[in-house]
Amino acid sequence: MVTEKDVEHIADLADIGIGTEELGTFTQQFNAILSYFDLLDQVREGAIPGQELVNVMREDTVRPSLPQDDILRNAAATEDGFIKAPRVM
Amino acid sequence: MAGTLRFEPDDRFHAFLATCRDAPFGNGPLSGVPVAIKDNISTMGIETTCASRILKGYIPPYDAHAVNLLKAAGAAVCGKTNMDEFGMGTTTENSAFGPTLNPRDPERVPGGSSGGSAAAIAAGLVPMALGTDTGGSIRCPAAFCGIVGLKPTYGRVSRYGLIAYANSLEQIGPMACTVSDVSKLYSVIAGPDPRDSTSCDRPYRHTPSPDIRGLKIGIPEEYFGKGVDPLVAVVVRKAIGTLEELGATAVSCTLPSMQYALAAYYVTCTSEASSNLARFDGVRYGPPADPKKSWHEAFRDVRKRSFGKEVRRRIMLGTFALSSGYYGKYYAKAQIARANVRADFLRVLADVDVIAGPTMPTVAFRLGEKSDPLAMYLSDILTVPANLAGIPAISLPCGTSGGMPVGLQIMGQHFADERVIDVAYAYEQAVKA
Amino acid sequence: MSEQQVIVGLEVHCQLDTKSKLFCGCSTDYRSDGPNTHVCEVCLGLPGSMPVLNRKAVEYAMRVAKALHCEVVSESEFSRKNYFYPDLDKAYQITQYDKPLAEKGVLGIEGDDGEKTVRITRIHVEEDPGRLVHMGNAERGRYSLVDYNRAGIPLIEIVTEPDMRSPKEARRFLNKLRATLEYLGVFDSEKEGSLRVDANISIKGSERVEVKNITSYKGVEKALTFEITRQKNLIRRGQAVDRETRHFLEARGITQAARSKEQEHDYRYFPEPDLRPLRVQSWVKDITLPELPDARRERFIRQYGCSMNHAKTLTGELRLANFFEDVVAPDPAGLSSLAATWIADTLIGELNYRSMSIGLLEPAAFTALLRLLRARTITDKNGIEVLRVILDQRLKGEPKESPDQVVSRLHLAKTTGDDGALRAAIREAIAENPKAVSDYRAGKSASSNFIVGQVMKKTRGRADPAELNRLLTEELQKGA
Repeated sequence: MVTEKDVEHIADLADIGIGTEELGTFTQQFNAILSYFDLLDQVREGAIPGQELVNVMREDTVRPSLPQDDILRNAAATEDGFIKAPRVM
Repeated sequence: MAGTLRFEPDDRFHAFLATCRDAPFGNGPLSGVPVAIKDNISTMGIETTCASRILKGYIPPYDAHAVNLLKAAGAAVCGKTNMDEFGMGTTTENSAFGPTLNPRDPERVPGGSSGGSAAAIAAGLVPMALGTDTGGSIRCPAAFCGIVGLKPTYGRVSRYGLIAYANSLEQIGPMACTVSDVSKLYSVIAGPDPRDSTSCDRPYRHTPSPDIRGLKIGIPEEYFGKGVDPLVAVVVRKAIGTLEELGATAVSCTLPSMQYALAAYYVTCTSEASSNLARFDGVRYGPPADPKKSWHEAFRDVRKRSFGKEVRRRIMLGTFALSSGYYGKYYAKAQIARANVRADFLRVLADVDVIAGPTMPTVAFRLGEKSDPLAMYLSDILTVPANLAGIPAISLPCGTSGGMPVGLQIMGQHFADERVIDVAYAYEQAVKA
Repeated sequence: MSEQQVIVGLEVHCQLDTKSKLFCGCSTDYRSDGPNTHVCEVCLGLPGSMPVLNRKAVEYAMRVAKALHCEVVSESEFSRKNYFYPDLDKAYQITQYDKPLAEKGVLGIEGDDGEKTVRITRIHVEEDPGRLVHMGNAERGRYSLVDYNRAGIPLIEIVTEPDMRSPKEARRFLNKLRATLEYLGVFDSEKEGSLRVDANISIKGSERVEVKNITSYKGVEKALTFEITRQKNLIRRGQAVDRETRHFLEARGITQAARSKEQEHDYRYFPEPDLRPLRVQSWVKDITLPELPDARRERFIRQYGCSMNHAKTLTGELRLANFFEDVVAPDPAGLSSLAATWIADTLIGELNYRSMSIGLLEPAAFTALLRLLRARTITDKNGIEVLRVILDQRLKGEPKESPDQVVSRLHLAKTTGDDGALRAAIREAIAENPKAVSDYRAGKSASSNFIVGQVMKKTRGRADPAELNRLLTEELQKGA
């Protein structure tokens, strides 16, 4: 069982906002789903997953980068070729 | 012959989020064929939103590998189709830009998350479309709309350019009205891609064959148990009867791991999604973050107002499942569960050639009918196992119940997509006759 | 006193010197280009992009593992480290968590009390985030500018056990590690920002403190010294040392507690689903290691007759060791001794003073200078002057002269007894300084030094000291 406080903490960890008006319903639904996940408790160690594909690598060859315009095009704010972000305290 | 296709569909079912009025096309096996692309597949120069406000206005500077292959085959990329936001949903009701309607009954959902692609085909607007399937997102709308959709063996189609929801589960796949067209589209998009480390070198070059004499079909009791609408079960059993008339043998089997398959699926996909969607913060793309706020505040705001409820819910579930103290109980356990599901299917598929059952437990429900998230998740119970196991699975129409299409699902061993398609083709041809 | 025992462990991040980034083909040669010009959809983390592992980065990391005597694990995998920061464009860093590439190695260093080994806990490969520039001020509003050129550069992370006991030991470990990585050909220490260190420090019996953001070799010693003093002061005052993360502020030479949000991170590690596992244990036997610093040092002693100290200095940096061998190659027997002395005792100092890379000086030019010195064509003092001239020319990009040309142009060739000029200068000096001469003859042999100085002035430093003394003694005795 998670509390509303727990849900707020998880939202903080995920940097997702949850409005106070949503918190109650969210927590209820969250708990219902987590209860369902308890079905996993009956799982016993069983098969080892097969790993057929291993060592997938590429050669150290340089490929052209995207033009700076393409990198900046979708950004809301840029300055002198840099992408602008809100301040980090 | 290369050229330009004029594409101005009557999109009364809201299948499309964007259309290309003048769609260029080249030479090749799909020359001039209009193909719709689900809006979580990157298309260079064409807005790609995943039906989310957080990607409104995002124009990818590159094409997904599958789109490159389509263009090389001469297809006309004619539009981007509606979907549940970031692939999270079973009805396309979770689109930030309004739901898609089911062409067979506009008061019902078309299924999801590739509802737009399925509706576009079912409405006759395009003959073919690309969808994606993480837990049934191609097969469910195919079943609800009465068309054909294939989830390939994991790794046969490159995911490069597919905006990730759950990397270890999803595949881009072909959708069309007929098995032949699905097969044709599949042959264009399947094959290795050096930019996708999880892709394998298994191109698809197969002409569907209707000869299934001697084939053994496994019928799992869990696919006909409680939770499955008995009317749907009846229609599907009849379809399996048709396959038997064609020379196949139906054999009962059981898949005990189905008990926890859905839980394993939702823990896995929400965990991967919580990480995949963390990059959406309004800095490099998306709605602008408020520069007057500090980093975390600005970030949180953008995500709160631009992600829908279901997306936020799944991100939080996944964050919780991966968090310190809970990783062992949820994520790690889910991987063991998943390996068990895979082993269970392989065990059955060692004795039978394919497994058959309903695609969905019900026919398409009414818009707005299911509002409880958990109830919605439970409708994925029959489709998620194929994603967990990585095996190929197809859905094709096999009749109706209450006037709405019912989907027959055929699953096979890894890389036996050809055989799965053959079984579907055999049924389709028999019924046509 | 055992309660004051200092315990230090290090986490060292070095950029691997590959041509392309770790997960995409963007060039790693970004330092002289504008922001966001070495970026593609993969290293920008655009939705739908996927990583593909650079084989060379794995090979390089395995070379390091072998050189440090680590065990390469049978199956290794990549993980996602999830956290939010503007320079981390996917909001996760692809790194290795519970299945790193290699474990349990050692590196021998010179400890405070003789040779010792520092144990290596693990080695793994991960990607570098982008680079943040902080802008603005309180009035106009603060913001950050981000450059993703650095995002995706391959890093090797080397974690040690807490085996070091002083800032000096830590510095020596870092120097040895750096030299080893250079010798392996996997690291270029001249590239700015190519090495970063996090340190864990505790005083025995007290809590452990993590210090992050140390970006220079000198910085490590400074940071550790400050932090040890800070902790010892707290203990002395009877206060507890908090278990925390602190940042090193290089400009002020202090460590400062990080914000509380950074103190506890839940990174929610899980295996990277877009990458496949690595099974590369079998590669180890095929890796041939080049000559490493210790072996090269021993060889310098054996082959070139270097002293232990000179050998240590010369082999301490790859470029220096190569330079030495290139310089003496034309005549090892004749040049080695002079080269060792002149490089270790003079050249290094002159280069450091100019913050100049040794790569700017042609070995042939230095060989030519040594030949002049050996032939006694110039004095040592003038030799230094010639060296300074040729270094400055090469540093400033001016036309390069050879040492011979400099000597000629500046008339720095030595005067000898043969050309009579030296003897004349000596006689002049004796005649001009009767008091010094009589003092000398009265037994104050040191007075001759004054006359030596006068002769040096007259010959503008060109007199060979040994020659000068010989002739001076002769001349002084003549008059006696």
